[in-house]
Amino acid sequence: MKLVVCHVTLLDGTDFTCEVEKRAKGQYLFFKVCEHLNLLEKDYFGLTYKDNHDQKCWLDPTKEIKRQIRSNNWQFAFNVKFYPPDPSLLTEDITRYLLCLQLREDVASGRLPCSFVTHALLGSYTLQAEIGDYEPDQPRPLDFISQLTFAPNQNKEMEEKILELYKSHRGMTPAQADTQFLENAKKLSMYGVDLHHAKDSEGVDIMLGVCANGLLVYKDRLRINRFAWPKILKISYKRNNFYIKIRPGETEQFESTVGFKLENHRAAKRLWKVCVENHSFFRLNAPEPPTKARFLTLGSKFRYSGRTQAQTRMASSLIDRPAPSFERTSSKRISRSLDGAPMISITEAGRESAENGREPHLELHSDSKDHDKTQEEVLKHQASISQLKRSFMEAPPPSPPQPNQWEKRLTSSPATIRLQQQQVSLAEEIASVLFSRHTDIGLDSTAKAACIFPEPPLDAVKTTSSAATSSSAAVCSFSAPQRPLATLSTALSATEVSVPQTEAATADNAISDTKEPAKTTEVEIEETVVVQEISRAPKPGLVTVAASTPAAPSAEQEMREQEVEVQEEAVVVEEAKPRKEESISSESESEEEAEYHPYLPVSISHTQIPEEKEEEEEQEKQEEDKTPELQVLASDASSLPAEVIQPAEETRREEVESKKEDNTETEKTTNAEEEKEVERETEESTDDPMVTPDEAPNGLTLPEEGVTVMDARAEEEEEPKMNGEPSLTEAEPLPQVICCSEPPVVKTEMVTISDTFAAQKTEIATKEVPIVHTETKTITYEAAQLDGNGDGEPGVLMTAQTITSESLCTTTTTHITKTLKGGLSETRIEKRIVITGDCDIDHDQS
Amino acid sequence: MAGLMAGFGHYTHAVVRGIPASLAKEALRSSQTEVDLAKAVKEQEAYVEVLRTRLGLEVVELPADESLPDCVFVEDAAVVCGDTALITRPGAESRRGETEAMKGALKDLNLNIVEMTDENATLDGGDVLFTGREFFVGLSKRTNQRGAEILADAFKDYAVSTVPVLEGLHLKSFCSMGGPGLIVIGSSEPAQKALKIMQQMSDHRYDKLTVPDDLAANCIYMNLPSKGHVLLHCTAEEFPESAKESLNACSSQFASPCRVFIS
Repeated sequence: MKLVVCHVTLLDGTDFTCEVEKRAKGQYLFFKVCEHLNLLEKDYFGLTYKDNHDQKCWLDPTKEIKRQIRSNNWQFAFNVKFYPPDPSLLTEDITRYLLCLQLREDVASGRLPCSFVTHALLGSYTLQAEIGDYEPDQPRPLDFISQLTFAPNQNKEMEEKILELYKSHRGMTPAQADTQFLENAKKLSMYGVDLHHAKDSEGVDIMLGVCANGLLVYKDRLRINRFAWPKILKISYKRNNFYIKIRPGETEQFESTVGFKLENHRAAKRLWKVCVENHSFFRLNAPEPPTKARFLTLGSKFRYSGRTQAQTRMASSLIDRPAPSFERTSSKRISRSLDGAPMISITEAGRESAENGREPHLELHSDSKDHDKTQEEVLKHQASISQLKRSFMEAPPPSPPQPNQWEKRLTSSPATIRLQQQQVSLAEEIASVLFSRHTDIGLDSTAKAACIFPEPPLDAVKTTSSAATSSSAAVCSFSAPQRPLATLSTALSATEVSVPQTEAATADNAISDTKEPAKTTEVEIEETVVVQEISRAPKPGLVTVAASTPAAPSAEQEMREQEVEVQEEAVVVEEAKPRKEESISSESESEEEAEYHPYLPVSISHTQIPEEKEEEEEQEKQEEDKTPELQVLASDASSLPAEVIQPAEETRREEVESKKEDNTETEKTTNAEEEKEVERETEESTDDPMVTPDEAPNGLTLPEEGVTVMDARAEEEEEPKMNGEPSLTEAEPLPQVICCSEPPVVKTEMVTISDTFAAQKTEIATKEVPIVHTETKTITYEAAQLDGNGDGEPGVLMTAQTITSESLCTTTTTHITKTLKGGLSETRIEKRIVITGDCDIDHDQS
Repeated sequence: MAGLMAGFGHYTHAVVRGIPASLAKEALRSSQTEVDLAKAVKEQEAYVEVLRTRLGLEVVELPADESLPDCVFVEDAAVVCGDTALITRPGAESRRGETEAMKGALKDLNLNIVEMTDENATLDGGDVLFTGREFFVGLSKRTNQRGAEILADAFKDYAVSTVPVLEGLHLKSFCSMGGPGLIVIGSSEPAQKALKIMQQMSDHRYDKLTVPDDLAANCIYMNLPSKGHVLLHCTAEEFPESAKESLNACSSQFASPCRVFIS
């Protein structure tokens, strides 16, 4: 077993050396360091290393160190990774102390900008914490202070203020001083914001800041935009592009995608990872399940693996040990910088030789011989400080703005980007495109029964999204498909309509499905989507947008026959999946892209129910109660952990080849033709949406393989025309559940800012194998007990669904089913866009 | 907790400036209505009276300057937060001279003076909304990005977000703070739009008080050591509906009586 020596720079500037096995994972080293520090609340911290490009990166605890550092430089730094928004909620002083150390460094380096007075105040608390009460006998305190670094632009004047304020802290214990330090630091606007250089869609230099609340956009140190986590539906990157999909605002109809250009793909990936981690840490109750389970993924499978803030708070509430004693000095730091200078004796706190007569404010505390001041006293003391501040006002103005502050911040943050890296050669880019495309096909098509519609070899399919900004820029991604698949979507949507009557019985099943077992179910669904699509003709009487096709029945018959075959295919395909994944997952930085769906609840936005949105807070609460993993977004599944979990047995069957694709192809054609037919039929009747909930069974037809509760239910209720949409369910007031599922998709969607509609049109014109891109999202959102936070919301959202099918015709429909007060449910079609090959857009709303 | 960012702090002083006769004819106007100079003077007297006697503020009165017709609008010449005063560079060239007297007065109050020297920067104080926790700067005809940047540099502790002001003169032409965490906003579309943007940009939550008239949304909130929360707002005669709103808000928002009408 080979051992390697690791050097870790700690927050107080000292080095910690330890030996680890060469193949040790990041976690091992991190735990060693925490052990050394006697730190229990460790989840806020992490280790960083410098990569080949001299970028600071977070060491992934779940991976081998060796594979991450990619050099023989076993040099690390211990840093705060997640800045707790309220440090007073930390359990132990030692944790707060370490956070202080990090912040002192952040402040001194200019990474955390603050005003002159704040610099002085923070500096004074630092002195109080680190060296105790001001010692009036100290011969030349200013000389001492000037040895320390408190601010990037530190000058005599600031040092004098630090000294003044410091004198006023007499009697404050180190822990109290740290607390005060943090109380002030946490209010700084850049506290905990991790900045990354980027360009917006117009090529303007901006900075993206990731923090506990979301993503901030800055331009020349002004905040120009902000995307709170609940607003973000999806975070992804592809090559050097970074995208966030935003849920629509109150006045907007559709989601939009905002794209940013990073300097290179590494920077994009780094930003993406930071987002994934920050979102998970601050917004989730529990991290998403291990990525292993997700086999549909292409690109990075990275997920945050540590404890979330909620978990770590829980854990630290259980900490039961006497407060560890630790040496709260930066004495090491100080002595280093003093270097022979007269060392200040660290006075005992509360030594009585008070001299504060000079300082009127201090009189308050002149009697403070006891070190154990009550909190109240401290507060009072604080009040006096603000007076003191006023007395400083006569002093000259703070030094002029320092333009380079942000730069500094950047240079020391992991985000910095070196120029040279910009130069990604075109060739490389192209190669990567191809690569990703391939994986796309290989993986996706196999994985999801979607292979039935093979992607055209040349992916002419670029999705265009009007880079986001415009509110109406509904980003329904358009793939450049040839076959109108609108039918599918309509058919699917039809299913979605919930039928109040039937639900009751099935609700339980459905719900339990959604939980653990659901994973299987969902998998099945994924695989069989095609089948379902085909077999399902829109039923008459279903509520829906586009599809109520009387003619459907006949079409359906045909399809049913086919269904069987297709099902088989699907299974095979499914089996092939995992293996594929393996090969791809061989990891490597070939991950040119990845996606992450912050949460489901977000999708609620589809519903366009303003109240919902308004109640962000409330909603958030609810969101937090839910397991985000339930979401199945077939089309975007790559990033969705949960849904893809497959039962182990199945996974083992994997050896089957993905070659089946060939067969599938043929199938496909047939299917496609079928679909076309159906579509024609449907199209005629598209215009008369009918709502007859009673007749509309919402069964799901799942292939036999999918042995699940859902299935069972589907069978029971099955009627000729039901279209089983993976969508799980209509909710009944039961435990909160959100499910979101999408049917299979040939994954072609990618938003490319530069592409325009026009460009697409031309591509679309070609006669090639059809591409189908269909997404369906269904959210089932159950309010548990409306008691707690319910401000008496008029209706409870039960399901909301958006279906997007991408083909010559793109149809996006959103259905919302709400439970109204009386237990009635109401389904509305919130929006429907049909985009035909000619790019005509037809927005419909009801 | 004392900290530096103590929201609104306490109000102790008010700076006002006399009305020059040139206001009637030469001041920059957005509408062409006649200015009744005598009435303006009377209104200002009443205002100062309220500040001084009813609220007990130390009122610094700067003399009018005939060469500066707009000099009465002191809000635009400086932004004061904490112990720092940013002397602005008003967007209208004819108003640049107004900052001189203001700078002197604020210096005398022992504030740290930061000047906006960049010739590409413009900023009117009327575009700066300080909520107690952060700044919003309206990008308007009078205020540009560079001006906002300099403000951000002067007040580094706070987030500074920009808000496009598409209609109206200033950001505060249709909004202002009505108390800690309470934004008073007009009901016009541009006002409501701007509010949306501010809400989106902020990490904090604000309550809003929508008043029917945009102009009535321009209030002055103060936290007075002796009187507690005080809101100076328009009179009921001017904007009956809006005044009622402010009144209601007052009573619900603050325990202590807080209304002051300017008559």
